[in-house]
Amino acid sequence: MPFDVYLNVAVGGILTGLVYGLMALGLSVIFGVVRVVNFAHGEMMSIAMFLAVVLFSAFHLDPLIMMVPIAAVLFAFGYALQSGLINPFITRPEHSQFLLLVAVGLIIVNVLLIVFGPDARTVQTAYAYDSFQVGPLIVDAAKVYAGVAAVLFAAALFVFFRVTLVGKAIRACADNYTGALVVGLNVNRLYALTFGIGAACVGAAGAMMTLIVDVTPMIGPTYTLLAFVIVITGGLGSMPGALLGGILIGLTEALAGLLFTPSAKSMFAFAILVLVLLFRPQGILGKRAA
Amino acid sequence: MTVSHIKPNRRHVIAGAAAAAASFATPAIGRAQGGPLKVGVLLPRSGFEAGIGQDCQRGVAIAPPILKSLGLPELTIMDGDTESSVETARARAAKMISDGAQCLVGAFDSGQTLAIAQVAEQNGVPLIVNIAAAPQLTEQGYKFVFRNFPTAGMILSDAFADQKEVFAAVGHEPKTVVFMHVNDTFGAAMSKGINFLMPKFDMPYKILDEIAYDPAAHDLSVEVTKAKASNPDALLVVSRLNDAMLITRELVKQRWTPQAILSMGPGWYEDEYFKTLGKLSDGPLSFVPWFDPNKKLAQQLEAALAKAYPGVNLNTNHVFTFEALLVAADAYKRAGTADPKALADAIRSTNITDNVSIGGGIAFDAKGQNTKVKDGAIQNRSGKPVVVAPKEASNATPEWPLKPYQSRA
Amino acid sequence: MAGIAARLTDGLSRRTVIWLVFLLAALVIAPWLLNDYLVTVLILILYLAFAGQAWNIMMGFAGQLSLGHALYAGLGGYIAAVLFTRYGIGPWLGFLAAMPVAAAAGAIIGFLAFRFGVTGVYFAILTIAFAEFARIGFDHLAIVNAAAGLFLPVAQSAHNDLWRLRGDPTMFYYVMLAATLVALLLCRLLMRSRIGYFWLAIREDEDAARAVGIPTFRYKMYAVMISAALTSFTGVFYAFFYNNLFPEQVFNISQSIQMILGPIIGGVGTLFGPILGAFVLTGLAESLNAALTAFGLDLPGAEQVFYGVCLLLVVGALPEGIWPPLARRCGIAERAS
Repeated sequence: MPFDVYLNVAVGGILTGLVYGLMALGLSVIFGVVRVVNFAHGEMMSIAMFLAVVLFSAFHLDPLIMMVPIAAVLFAFGYALQSGLINPFITRPEHSQFLLLVAVGLIIVNVLLIVFGPDARTVQTAYAYDSFQVGPLIVDAAKVYAGVAAVLFAAALFVFFRVTLVGKAIRACADNYTGALVVGLNVNRLYALTFGIGAACVGAAGAMMTLIVDVTPMIGPTYTLLAFVIVITGGLGSMPGALLGGILIGLTEALAGLLFTPSAKSMFAFAILVLVLLFRPQGILGKRAA
Repeated sequence: MTVSHIKPNRRHVIAGAAAAAASFATPAIGRAQGGPLKVGVLLPRSGFEAGIGQDCQRGVAIAPPILKSLGLPELTIMDGDTESSVETARARAAKMISDGAQCLVGAFDSGQTLAIAQVAEQNGVPLIVNIAAAPQLTEQGYKFVFRNFPTAGMILSDAFADQKEVFAAVGHEPKTVVFMHVNDTFGAAMSKGINFLMPKFDMPYKILDEIAYDPAAHDLSVEVTKAKASNPDALLVVSRLNDAMLITRELVKQRWTPQAILSMGPGWYEDEYFKTLGKLSDGPLSFVPWFDPNKKLAQQLEAALAKAYPGVNLNTNHVFTFEALLVAADAYKRAGTADPKALADAIRSTNITDNVSIGGGIAFDAKGQNTKVKDGAIQNRSGKPVVVAPKEASNATPEWPLKPYQSRA
Repeated sequence: MAGIAARLTDGLSRRTVIWLVFLLAALVIAPWLLNDYLVTVLILILYLAFAGQAWNIMMGFAGQLSLGHALYAGLGGYIAAVLFTRYGIGPWLGFLAAMPVAAAAGAIIGFLAFRFGVTGVYFAILTIAFAEFARIGFDHLAIVNAAAGLFLPVAQSAHNDLWRLRGDPTMFYYVMLAATLVALLLCRLLMRSRIGYFWLAIREDEDAARAVGIPTFRYKMYAVMISAALTSFTGVFYAFFYNNLFPEQVFNISQSIQMILGPIIGGVGTLFGPILGAFVLTGLAESLNAALTAFGLDLPGAEQVFYGVCLLLVVGALPEGIWPPLARRCGIAERAS
């Protein structure tokens, strides 16, 4: 196969991977700090996606612009979920929290099904069919916009955690729970804040995702799994790791689809997951679990 | 009116009083005469096939006045949801029969339909399959299962024949194709069938590459890139609605318009496809079971649908679900009784020539299969599908090749 | 023989034994009193109870959360189905062939997990990955007809053929009832044997168990393998009851989740938890359906929302499940769970 075919596929895979990475970033933040395994992650993203679709069909507001408000809504949702439902479970065994979120995910998917029905929804922006041609490279315009937006959002998040006081406080909680309590940080509030931030990431990623894929209520679980694969591969608790993992998975899936049977391309993601879990469980950029 | 709990003597004994079971199996109320026929309609109303199930339901909703105008007896419809799952389909079928259903219709999905068929057969209640292509359904030797829909093999044979007719009519034939298909039950069955049947039909094209993709895929850019790389004349597809839209979008984005898109499954003619893609939806050819626009009953059905659901085009889902009810009502009229066995016999001797779908009408062979139903070739034109083959059922001539996507406004 | 009977009933009050016998009798005569639909519902309940019981061995007894149990069911179903459709081998022999394969799959997962220190939630994700791997893999496997589905020939079911599992629902009901009973007895025996005590120790505090010399790796592997082998039966049953298998459905994560709902709601690690959970869940779901139908409401997905809410409530308010508090109330103390 000619080289430009590989190039096209690789570029597409990387761009999509960036959006995956942003979604996984939210999960990484949540797990890294709150230590909750959010098994309703993809489902939360599907809420954001439906929001984007509804806003677009009602008011013709471009999802990229609505990215911020949608992220805000998801932030509120995440905050409420954490303080209301999950916080009481912090001390429970891991599998209890896990199952709690499985239940939340199940409820979200089916409520969406009841409200929106099973049909796929799309966002038909003006640039939905555009592509850029640079020599032999034909790149999907929507993916470029989404990829760039993902990078910008992630960068903003890095800055937040490095520079702001709240960001530093959150990192302190992650590093040393007891120490944080000792210096007087309101850990519960910070946890809720963090979950909210993670949810905001997912919200933004969802808004961007509508440019690339169609929404049905049932896509939630697929993305939850994908988010886990990415985060575990990249390193749980590592933000650059999530992005890196996203790019890696996006690229692998794309190339695997090209070289082998496309219908089996997800197997590669799972194979990578198994290998990482066995041989480098902290992921590529992760730190060894405390 | 349910007497379902007062039947200690109708339970089978394991040691095999089953011979008697056949006659005891039907609920006592099944023998009532007069009154409307209780038809249980099982469709996937939730789960991943929900969209289609709900579309089929439209065919049910518009049926009563039309059946009445044909002088057919009234039907009482009981709605059942298979939830797109085999277990639920089976349980619901059993429930409907206990609730007094005298006839079952369903269920779109072959696996679920097979489960329902077993229940129907065991209880001696006729099942009229509206849509399901797996050949096994009518190969089990069942006496109570009837299918008014072609098998996957029939769909393919007709598709090849119709394609040849279209090629002849437009004076072009593709020499190379890439075959893309969704890797689910239907897609995989069609793939197998194509590889098996194609040599027998001496088609003018050869398949350069076969690309199977995941039904849950939301991004088909890689698949389309792969197809484009082989540079075929035409694209042969078996897909669903979502994939059809995704593939089309990718074709536009990757700036490639094949000479034709030959689809042998759903998706490319559905309302959502037209609505979402606008001008980009014109051109693809679909080779599917369809209604004959020249038949009077089809026109009646189309009008009724337009009135009840403006903006919804008449399609396979509505047509065959309606016809299943037509068969039930017609058989009930001829049988004169709702006794399941008599009803089944009446269904078996069905012979309706004034029907909706393409072909010689509705009649069932010894296995319960309607061998007269034929596929048509439809083409997307200005937001509506038109029938271009077979000639006797057509209302338009085929156009070739596809107008390049980049030049459409 | 007397020893086993003593071990089974030891620790149970007389009251408990009477309740058990009564329940069993009720279940045995149920098909004579109920219509086909309710028998089908009962089959579903027992199926879930059995699957839950099998899963419970891995989770409740050895403390390993598996969310990919559909893998073993699927393997069981496909192996038995292929042997039947290609070589005419009956399902019971098929089950005998499937058991070691399922156990081996469990062993591989267990080995990888335990040797490499994959525990807790990571283990759960690992099990999901393997099940998904199987799902996609089987979707491409020609011998099982890949995604097109494997259909078992349904011969005339006028008479009941127990050997080939062809027959009417009542036969299947008794098969499932017997299987659930066997699973129950097996679990009870295991719990009260040495292996059961070791499992209890491992579950409570693995490090301490290892410290007192229990070969934790070996016993965890036993739990995983027994659980997997037992679960493969559900697949065999499924294959012969529904007569078709699609990788998409059989290995699906929703199947795995359905298997665990019963035990979690009923009570992980208990003997009756999975069975009670299965009854409560399915019973309530069917009632919900009936209620919705009666009100003329068509809410697709309502049932699943209901399951989600139940799961939420139980995990939140009744972490032990429904059975333990209920058992205490009825004065039936289940030994050391």
